[in-house]
Amino acid sequence: MSEHNEIDRVSGRSTTGHEWDGIKELNTPLPRWWVLTFYATIIWAIGYWVVYPAWPLVSGYTTGLFQYSTRASVATDLADLEKLRGEKMAVLGNASLADIEKDPALLALARARGKTVFADNCAPCHGSGGAGAKGYPNLNDDDWLWGGSLDQIMQTIQFGARSGHAKTHEGQMLAFGRDGVLKKDEIVTVANYVRSLSGLSTMPKFDPAAGKKIFTENCTSCHGDSGKGNPELGAPNLTDQIWLYGSDEETLVETITNGRAGVMPAWVSRLDPVTVKALTVYVHSLGGGK
Amino acid sequence: MNKPVPPDKLITDEDGPLYAPRKKVFPQSVSGRFRSIKWRLMAVCLGVYYLLPFVRWHRGLGAPDQAVLIDFPNRRFYFFFIELWPQEVYYFTGLLVLAAFALFLMNALGGRIWCGYLCPQTVWTDLFYAVERLVEGDRRAQMKADAGPMTVKRAGRRVLKHAIWLTIAWWTGGAWVLYFADAPTLVRDLAAFQAPTIAYLWIAILTASTYLLAGYMREQVCVYMCPWPRIQAALTDEWALNVTYKYDRGEPRCSVKKAFDIRALGEKAGDCIDCNQCVAVCPTGIDIRDGAQLGCIQCGLCIDACDAVMTKVSRKTGLIGYDNDINVQRRIAGKEEIFKPVRARTVVYAGLITVVCAVMLYALMSRTLLDVNVLHDRNPIAVRLSDGAIRNGYTLRFLNKRGFDRVIAIDVDGPADAKLHVIGADSVTPDRPMIVLGRDTTTELRVLVTAPLDEKAEKSVPVTFRVTDIGLGEVASATDHFVLP
Repeated sequence: MSEHNEIDRVSGRSTTGHEWDGIKELNTPLPRWWVLTFYATIIWAIGYWVVYPAWPLVSGYTTGLFQYSTRASVATDLADLEKLRGEKMAVLGNASLADIEKDPALLALARARGKTVFADNCAPCHGSGGAGAKGYPNLNDDDWLWGGSLDQIMQTIQFGARSGHAKTHEGQMLAFGRDGVLKKDEIVTVANYVRSLSGLSTMPKFDPAAGKKIFTENCTSCHGDSGKGNPELGAPNLTDQIWLYGSDEETLVETITNGRAGVMPAWVSRLDPVTVKALTVYVHSLGGGK
Repeated sequence: MNKPVPPDKLITDEDGPLYAPRKKVFPQSVSGRFRSIKWRLMAVCLGVYYLLPFVRWHRGLGAPDQAVLIDFPNRRFYFFFIELWPQEVYYFTGLLVLAAFALFLMNALGGRIWCGYLCPQTVWTDLFYAVERLVEGDRRAQMKADAGPMTVKRAGRRVLKHAIWLTIAWWTGGAWVLYFADAPTLVRDLAAFQAPTIAYLWIAILTASTYLLAGYMREQVCVYMCPWPRIQAALTDEWALNVTYKYDRGEPRCSVKKAFDIRALGEKAGDCIDCNQCVAVCPTGIDIRDGAQLGCIQCGLCIDACDAVMTKVSRKTGLIGYDNDINVQRRIAGKEEIFKPVRARTVVYAGLITVVCAVMLYALMSRTLLDVNVLHDRNPIAVRLSDGAIRNGYTLRFLNKRGFDRVIAIDVDGPADAKLHVIGADSVTPDRPMIVLGRDTTTELRVLVTAPLDEKAEKSVPVTFRVTDIGLGEVASATDHFVLP
């Protein structure tokens, strides 16, 4: 080291002995405050191990002095949030569905609450904006399988359709082909008849009289004489332009052959009454309901 | 460790330190024309800053009655008769543009007069200097004390000085937070230790920064930290009036007696008697006789000092004055002095200031107090109804910037036979939904527009929502599109 103790005249510091193009490196120690801060962080880290959960063990972890748990902390936060919301939600709970829709403040509150609940629970099937998909109804339009009034929507949300709940909506499209009630060509004929009900084009050489006969004998009990449907049974209106599964001949043949029985779960046991109320108002306001 | 070699003991220039250490400045008190201008401006600036939060302005029931208030919780800015919403922050952009042009104009006319007279750093440093002189005496006393040992008396004075400085700094930080809440209430809360933590925090931050910047850093802020000297050096021109030592008249310097002798011989003797008073009074510690330099903040105190000396020795005042090099050269050449405050640069700046003022004034006068924004539903973008008609959903946001509730009607212009349905409308007179907008709030509503759009004809048509205040007749509108699924 003796060769390195050259002293720089200006700063009074020794050099490290490193030299590049005549420029020598000073042997400047780290500032004391920096070193002390570094030691402090080490002490802090050791304290952290003791106080907070830190070390994974074979079948658990060190719990620390405070028994701190992020899960418990989230639960506390959520409980606080519920408490904070409690008062406003109580107002929502006491108001009738119609009253909520009339009061702008309540409507805004219910829609805000309904929107988040919808995103959490309903969006997987009905889409984030309630636009639906094949087999999952679009909630933005004016066609309602089980009725679109506030009470009817709430009923459907609470008990679902073919959900197995005691109060659920029942009724399903029979499998006319699979069960051997109608033959293949009869199914094609009635499928074309159904298309003609809402003004869609039919195949060449289609016989409306034959279609009407098959329809009257097999379909009117649910869909009504003119095919307008029946919300009591969840039977869709076949004369409008909205088709849950599709309106082309192939899809209709498939529907008539194998039947349809989409399931909507009952939410009464999963969502509290106020939340259901908010959700009802939200869904009703999506398309204005009926 | 070895002791470093002191700079004055170094043998050659190459051995010298890279940076010169700071020489503490002890500016001497001075009186005169520019000093009294500075006192007055200081009184006005500090008066406005400390008292403005207490000025009241009646805005009606429920609205804040503070003339200048930045209301962060409610997202409003009040400035006398003006109330700004967050989406109108562009007015502040205009204000900043205006401030920049004003600074340019000042600079083109009188150099760094902003720095010398109005800059907060100058104003507070000046105030702190005044306190220092009051407690510790003038330049000589301070320098003597600084060189001598610390005595009890001196320590006592120093404690007193810092106590006064800290009080001023604390009052400065306190005044700052008063702009962000109702001042009288906040003062009471602060005294009772019930004000929000953030208020105490900001008072602490601004107390510290005022104390450090005005008490300790002083001229170093102007010389090392402030970008303005660098910027203004690029903006200035030869016609700008800067504090100038008129070397044509002052040089060569010599004492009064010597000058008398030299002049008796018929040779030229300068008017500068080399008394160094201009250096003694300079708050940034420069010698103005070295010419225009970065450290000069154009406060004019050297002019006052020089004029006093010139009067004493019965010579013409104005050896140092607001002047420029063109005139120095002209005098040397025996020509008349000329001043050109009106020239392309100043005219352009003044013009730009006028334009920005006019634009801002127009924007302020013509801004609407009723507004509507529209947001089209994205998912689904459009819905087909059972009868084949198309329905589009929108979210309308209404802004009522007035201090009272009002009733508005909503109309829609768009596709033929469009029908408007407002969810939660308070009343619907034939096809005209109406709602009540709360005062000084925004209201959000969902509206549905239904129309039999012809698929073959068009995929999308513009739709305009028109909002009419039933009482006042004010109208606002927003346009979006009506589209097919």
